[in-house]
Amino acid sequence: MTTTEASPVHDVDFKLELYRSQVALRRFESRAYDLFLENYVKGTSHLSIGQEAIAAGVAAAMRPDDWTFATYRGHAHTLARGVAMTPVFAELMGRANGLMAGKGGSMHLTSVEHGVMGSYAIIGAHLPIACGAAWSAQYRGTDQVAVVFFGDGTVNIGAFHEALNFAAIWKLPVVFVCENNLYMEYTRTSEVTAVAHPAADRAAAYGLEPIIVDGNDADAVYEVARTAIERARAGEGPSLIEAETYRHGGHSRADPGKYRPDEEVAFWTSAERDPVSRYRARLVELGVDEATLARVEADVDAEVDAATEAAKAGAAPGEDLLMKDVWANGGAEWRN
Amino acid sequence: MAELTYREAIARGIAQEMRRDESVLFLGEDVGAAGGVFKGTVGLFEEFGPVRVRDTPISEQAILGAAMGAAMTGLRPIAEIMFADFFAVCWDIVANEIAKTRYMTNGQMSFPLVIRSGNGGGLRFGAQHSQSVENWAMMIPGLKVVVPSNPRDVVGLMAAAVRDDDPVVFLESKALYPTKGEVPEGEIVDALGTATVLRQGSHATIATLGLMVPRALAAAEELAAGGIDCTVVDVRSLIPLDTQTILRETSATGRLFTVEENPRVLGWGAEVASIVAEEAFYDLDGPVVRITTPHIPLPAADTLEDMALPSVERIVTTIHKAMNS
Repeated sequence: MTTTEASPVHDVDFKLELYRSQVALRRFESRAYDLFLENYVKGTSHLSIGQEAIAAGVAAAMRPDDWTFATYRGHAHTLARGVAMTPVFAELMGRANGLMAGKGGSMHLTSVEHGVMGSYAIIGAHLPIACGAAWSAQYRGTDQVAVVFFGDGTVNIGAFHEALNFAAIWKLPVVFVCENNLYMEYTRTSEVTAVAHPAADRAAAYGLEPIIVDGNDADAVYEVARTAIERARAGEGPSLIEAETYRHGGHSRADPGKYRPDEEVAFWTSAERDPVSRYRARLVELGVDEATLARVEADVDAEVDAATEAAKAGAAPGEDLLMKDVWANGGAEWRN
Repeated sequence: MAELTYREAIARGIAQEMRRDESVLFLGEDVGAAGGVFKGTVGLFEEFGPVRVRDTPISEQAILGAAMGAAMTGLRPIAEIMFADFFAVCWDIVANEIAKTRYMTNGQMSFPLVIRSGNGGGLRFGAQHSQSVENWAMMIPGLKVVVPSNPRDVVGLMAAAVRDDDPVVFLESKALYPTKGEVPEGEIVDALGTATVLRQGSHATIATLGLMVPRALAAAEELAAGGIDCTVVDVRSLIPLDTQTILRETSATGRLFTVEENPRVLGWGAEVASIVAEEAFYDLDGPVVRITTPHIPLPAADTLEDMALPSVERIVTTIHKAMNS
C-alpha cells in the first residue's frame, strides 16, 4: 500500500508537536493521579501513563472530522483530539464546568465537536458502535473514518469479533487500534488468551492483515495509523492494528499493579522504552536544542497548572442538571 | 381504507418512513431478499435496495451497535432483533449504551433509532422464543417502548417511533402477525405516549397491551352479556406512559384490571397499579387486579402455553369473580 502524499513525520516541527502532545498527556495524567490522592477526583480513573504515543500518534493522523471512540481509559485519546484540559479535569472532579457537566465522569469523556464520540466503559461495546458511525459515513459519502481504541483484554469478548466481521463484510471505514499493554486488568493477557498476539493473530480470521507496531514510538504509530486511515478513507475497508505498549501503573486507581515482575516494570519504564523519554532523546539527536524542549515542557506544565485551578474553581453541578437530557427534548418525563 | 395484516402493516409502516426520509435505513437478520423470518418486511428490499435495506450476520451486538453509531451521526436506523428473547445477547448495547449515552454526555448526542422485535408467545416456540419482554425495556431510563395491537397502530406508531429523536423499542406481538385490520390510505402518524380507549363501559376498566388487547375485547363482550360492562384501554405506549387516560378511565368505573402477557413479577401492570394506588385510590371501589402469565418460563406445548398466557376465559372469570366478591 502506498500513501498519496509524503509523510510529514520527518519534519522537525511535526515531531515537536507530537512531542508536545505526548508531554501534555503524560503531565495531565500525572496531575490527575495527584488529584485522586488529594481527593479532588472521586470514583475511579484509569490512566494512560506509558501509553501516550498511541493516542498522540493516531490523533496526528486523523482529520478533524474523523471520529474517535475510546475506552474508560480515555483521557489521553480525548485530549489528543484537541479537547482542552480544563473541562476534562473538571469532569474528573465532578464539576459543572466538566466536559459533560459532571454527568459522565472519568470513564465517559465525550466531545462531539472534537470528534470524540464517546468513551465506553463496557469492554468491547464501542467496537460495534464505531462500525455504525463508519457505516453512516459510508452511506452519506463523507469520507470520514472512525478510529476505535481498546485494550488487549477486549479481544476475548464477543463484541470484538462481531464488530471485526461486520466491518470486514461491509468494508467499513474503521480503524481498530488495540493497545496491548500486556495486562487485562490484573491478569497477564497471555495467560488467558489462546494466541500470542491478542489482536494481530485474530486479523486473519476476518481477512485482514496482521499489523503490529511499537506502541511506544509515536512516529511508528503515526505511520501505521496514517496508512490505515488513508486506506479506510479510500474505501478499502477496515484495519486492525496491535500497538505494543505498557501501562506504567496499575489498572485503575485502586490497583498498585504489584502482580507485575520488577524487572518487567523496570524494562518498560526505562528511558529507552518510555515513549516520552525516548521521543525526547530522538529530538535531541535530530538537533533540537535543549532550550526548545524545555520551553515545550514548561508550556505544558503551565497549561496543566492553569487547567487544574480553573477546574477546581468550577461549581458543583446543580439540581437543574439532574433531570436534564434523558430525552432529546431536554427533559426526563416518562409519563403524563 | 384497506384491510392489511399486522405483518403487512410492518412493511407498510417502514416503507412510509423510508420513502419520506433518506436517512432512514433498515438492517437485521434475513430482512432483505428473504423479507424477514415472519415475512414482516416483504417488499422493502425490492423497493429500497441493498444499500438501505441490509442483511446482517447473526450478530445482535453488531446490529444494534451499528444502529447506535449511525444514529449518533445523523441517520435514523431501524434495526430488527428477530425475537425479543435475543435482547439478552445484546442488552449491553440497549441498556448501557443506547439508553444512557445521551444523559451521560450532557445531551451532546441523540439516538433517533428504532429497535423492532417480535415479542411474546402464542406460537408454541418454547421459553427462548416466546418471552414477553416489554418490562425489560421499560425499566431502563432512556428507552421509549411501544407495543401496537393492530395493523393501523403498527403503521402509526412506527412513524412516530422513526420520527422521534429518542431510541424506541418497538415490540410486535408475534401471534398477531396474521391478524387483519382496517388501515386508512395515506400517511398515518401517531403520537407516542397515547393510550386509546377501545371500548367504553361503566363497571370496570381493563388496561392492556399487544396480543392481550383482542383477548380483553373478547372478554369484555362476554362480560357485557353477563351484565359487567367494561372499558378497554389499549395502553400502546409504556414509555412515555399515558397515565392520564388510565387514571381517568379507572376513576370513571372505580375498578382496574391489567391484562399482561409478561410474567407476573414486575410486569408493567405493577407500575400501573402503583400509580393508580397513589393517585386514584379514593376513586377505587375495589382492589386493582393483575391478570398475568404466571412467574414461569413459557412452556412449548400448546396446552401448557394456553394455560400460561392470559386467555379470554381467564380474563372473564377473574373479572367476574372480583366484581362479585
